[in-house]
Amino acid sequence: MIARPYLKLDQIDKSFTRGGRTSEVLKGIELAIDKGEFVSIIGHSGCGKSTLLNIIAGLTPVTQGAVLLEDREVNAPGPDRAVVFQNHSLLPWLTVYENVRLAVDKVFGRTKSKVERHAWTLHNLDLVQMGHARDKRPSEISGGMKQRVGIARALAMEPKVLLLDEPFGALDALTRAHLQDSVMQIHATLGNTVIMITHDVDEAVLLSDRIVMMTNGPAACIGDVLSVPLERPRKRLEAASDPAYLKCREAVLRFLYERHRYVEAA
Amino acid sequence: MSQPALKTKADAVVAAFPSPKSATVLPLSPSEPARAGRLLAKAGGRARQVAVNVLPPLVTLALILLVWQMLTAKAGATLPSPTTIWAESKDLITQPFFNFGPQDIGLGWRVMVSLQRVAIGFGIAAIVGVLVGAVIGQSVWAMRGLDPVFQVLRTVPPLAWLPLSLAAFRDANPSAIFVIFITSVWPIIINTAVGIRNIPQDYRNVAAVLRLNSLEFFWRIMIPSAAPYIFTGLRIGVGLSWLAIVAAEMLTGGVGIGFFIWDAWNSSKLPDIVVALLYIGVVGFVLDRIVALIGRVATRGTATA
Ligand SMILES: Nc1ncnc2c1ncn2[C@@H]1O[C@H](COP(=O)(O)OP(=O)(O)OP(=O)(O)O)[C@@H](O)[C@H]1O
Ligand SMILES: [Mg+2]
Repeated sequence: MIARPYLKLDQIDKSFTRGGRTSEVLKGIELAIDKGEFVSIIGHSGCGKSTLLNIIAGLTPVTQGAVLLEDREVNAPGPDRAVVFQNHSLLPWLTVYENVRLAVDKVFGRTKSKVERHAWTLHNLDLVQMGHARDKRPSEISGGMKQRVGIARALAMEPKVLLLDEPFGALDALTRAHLQDSVMQIHATLGNTVIMITHDVDEAVLLSDRIVMMTNGPAACIGDVLSVPLERPRKRLEAASDPAYLKCREAVLRFLYERHRYVEAA
Repeated sequence: MSQPALKTKADAVVAAFPSPKSATVLPLSPSEPARAGRLLAKAGGRARQVAVNVLPPLVTLALILLVWQMLTAKAGATLPSPTTIWAESKDLITQPFFNFGPQDIGLGWRVMVSLQRVAIGFGIAAIVGVLVGAVIGQSVWAMRGLDPVFQVLRTVPPLAWLPLSLAAFRDANPSAIFVIFITSVWPIIINTAVGIRNIPQDYRNVAAVLRLNSLEFFWRIMIPSAAPYIFTGLRIGVGLSWLAIVAAEMLTGGVGIGFFIWDAWNSSKLPDIVVALLYIGVVGFVLDRIVALIGRVATRGTATA
């Protein structure tokens, strides 16, 4: 008997039908992810990465196939698969604290006391170094800070799988590097299972245990999966000159720009 | 009507009372910019700000009163002049809250009675409107099916509802309240529905991941997210309520401000009517501002997403 994977994507197809026209976006996605693994998904724009992440989150229904978490099929969204959305998606009418607290109350309303929930909210805000801004509203903090709060909200749910959709896409390089370090540290401390979509090759190599490379759509599938054999904890500067790092980086670049060049839609 | 009597009275008053308002307000305007300029040097732009905001309306008001006085002071004028109104209805203007028996009360009291009806009718309209709008906004098919109906009903003037309302309730007070309700509920429903439809998919996704139930979704996501739209609807609705109450009270009687106008017309007290119009205008303006203010406070976060 083979060891069962923690999270399994089982022959997933996805097509959208609009106005009688059907467009096939994903075809035959097959992937197994272990507990505590950090997996990045990389691919050209429009190939269906967000669609795949939304399927795992349960926000988008599959056309064929199934998502299995601990051997159980999941087809509805839930806090066991917390999502950090690309555009942070904080509720603007709530403060930073209230945004996280809403999630905490919802997930631990029965199991934790009020005092514990308060403490847990603050703990998660501190984890992303946002405790100082807890009474600010999203409109009053920077993009990087919003993304931190989004991560804190997701972490506070103690999800089985943490789903990140281009979490640092809209940030400048410095803030980005800073947040990447935070995520690496949190992953090292908590050992979450993480799936992250990214456009950034360096980000993928630095953070991931494995990199899933998707072919171009329509009917995109997994073109190749690359294991990153770098020791953890990884240091940004040391890794940059590590031969294994450079080799991985080259492999991903080769995949993206040679074997599956981005073709403009005709 | 008793026009000769009005005319003679008007002439007499003009002679004794040479347009007080225009005399005091107009000379102020040339000197004010100079004064504001001097203050500007010392206290910054604050005084100027006040002057800029307060002066134009005062000047306009003075001009209106002046033109009005000139048009109606002539012999044979059918409407009362400002000075006539001041002379005949001074007590109504200066004492809003006198009480000399069941039908002889100050306009402040009458406005209160009308406001009470508006509060009930508009309150029900607000609750029903937001709930119905929320349900309709959630469903594409309900929106498609009901929107044309609402768009038609929305244009029915308040008074057109009154006969049906009287037939249904057989009593003046509930009929008036119903007319307010039915007049003001449509913009609330329509705007709420549009607001609900415009809830960003992101917020829906957040709610889905958190597994908010429908009640939590309603209070934590729908209402705050659609609040700017809802308050637009409420603001239109409160204006329509106030339009409707005056019209409805003219026909149903009672002690409201609307009936007062009807009563004044029947006893040929045109100056009283003008004073009542001012009350109605001011109260309508204040109502609109109150709803707008509540809206601004309540949507603090949402507008600057
Ligand atoms: N709700 C939908 N209805 C119809 N087509 C859709 C829908 N959502 C996505 N698509 C299509 O699916 C394809 C993949 O979209 P998706 O957002 O998953 O791409 P992506 O890889 O995340 O792109 P990017 O890197 O730009 O975010 C696109 O061609 C898009 O037009
Ligand atoms: Mg995407």
